[in-house]
Amino acid sequence: MKFSAISLFANALSGHKKWPSQFPNKEPKKEYDVIIIGGGAHGLGAAYYLASKYGIKNVAVLEKGWIGGGNTGRNTTIIRSNYLFDESAALYDHAVDLWDGLSQELNYNVMFSKRGVLMLAHNVHDVQSFQRHVYSNRLNNVDNRWLTPEECKEFCPPLDISSSRRYPVMGGALQMRAGTARHDSVAWGYARAASKLGVDIIQNCEVTGIRRDAFGNVEGVETAKGYLKSKKVGVSAAGNTSVVMEMAGLRFPLESYPLQALVSEPIKPVFPCVVMSNAVHAYISQSDKGELVIGAGTDQYTSYSQRGALHLQEHNLMSICEIFPIFKRMRMLRSWGGVVDVTPDRSPIVGKTPVGGLYVNCGWGTGGFKATPGAANMLAYTIAHNEPHKINAPFNLDRFIGGRLIDEAAAAAVAH
Amino acid sequence: MLLIHCPYCKENRPEIEFAYAGEAHIVRPDAIVQSEMTDEEWSKFMFIRNNFRGEHAERWWHNAGCNMFFNAIRNTKTDKFVMTYKMGENRPTKTQIEAAKK
Repeated sequence: MKFSAISLFANALSGHKKWPSQFPNKEPKKEYDVIIIGGGAHGLGAAYYLASKYGIKNVAVLEKGWIGGGNTGRNTTIIRSNYLFDESAALYDHAVDLWDGLSQELNYNVMFSKRGVLMLAHNVHDVQSFQRHVYSNRLNNVDNRWLTPEECKEFCPPLDISSSRRYPVMGGALQMRAGTARHDSVAWGYARAASKLGVDIIQNCEVTGIRRDAFGNVEGVETAKGYLKSKKVGVSAAGNTSVVMEMAGLRFPLESYPLQALVSEPIKPVFPCVVMSNAVHAYISQSDKGELVIGAGTDQYTSYSQRGALHLQEHNLMSICEIFPIFKRMRMLRSWGGVVDVTPDRSPIVGKTPVGGLYVNCGWGTGGFKATPGAANMLAYTIAHNEPHKINAPFNLDRFIGGRLIDEAAAAAVAH
Repeated sequence: MLLIHCPYCKENRPEIEFAYAGEAHIVRPDAIVQSEMTDEEWSKFMFIRNNFRGEHAERWWHNAGCNMFFNAIRNTKTDKFVMTYKMGENRPTKTQIEAAKK
């Protein structure tokens, strides 16, 4: 059924008890044209674009747990595209373009709110580096502008811009098209829309092996629900990509780290935008429910445990209190951790692999949510055409051999 | 926070005294070998990591303690340390790891 004001009204009359389930829970067929491993928003999105844009509808999405239960449900939902390098700007801005019409396209409210992302500069180096970002972004047609401390205060009233602070605000870079979205809605919206087009979404179906034929090409995957044939397999498994790739005999330039975030108790609207501070090391926004959503960097060691250490949260909150003394008495409600797959240059890998028929979308590290529609579309394009799109072509695996790294490690913000 | 047993201090100390220093037992090729290495081989040394989900050999640095580097086997699913051992000692065999668990 299509969600609309009329359907909302009609269902209100029946006490909201007759809403149909949004997508069926399928058992797998024996053979698919394409199998996507990983039922996060990236994987579900890839299946949706394969069916809607590229005409491949015999697609399955295999998910070990439940859809959107990995990093899709474990991030801080920030969307922005103010990256320094041309390649990154093109990729992340493609995603922001798709975010723009996503709710209408999926007929599902993903609550994309362009409230603006403000990156604070606290020292001369920050000022110079962010102004360089602003100019670089403008050359790439990505909106970003420089604000004086007074303009920062006007844009984000909770900010303390007095010069007596230990880390004074010396200005900020503001991207107005940036903002936040509702993470669960993105996964569910893609799942529902893909399912409508004939995609099978199979949950509780862990992939245990990848079978290859005599020529080394992919011919199917072993799963908890039996062997499924497919000549094309896309891997979109975030933190577990190394584990899945090992099944195909590939080793990847990835390390998986825990990344934590936390929210406060809900309060009335106080915080109108997203603020990031690299130097003090934290970022913050307010969800529509009223919670302050707070995050910072990863734990120091690799781990698949989906949890991190408490002293990182403490450090994180100290930073927030340093920039926003008004939040000193806030109480924190809950915290969570995801497993992020980090590449040596902090840029993703989206494209083909040395194994025929095996495609990958990984390495998004600490910043995958913002790229969801773009990454999904690029993976779908690459699978459908067996060639990368010109936007994701630079993000190939070979760059680690040739040395053409896209070194956002130096350029990325704390939250990437 | 992890409790880490430093094999030099012979004590369990909190994680904030330590710095993680990446996968262990990756040997930097000497200069003569380097000059003959292909880009693929160099890339493997430089960038490719095991990233095991399970028992992982890794290097730690007791930088706020004795300032020594040492190696450890840690389960990356549970974050539990199986054992730590001094720099220069060989990577423990499977039997040694199993014995350390008991």
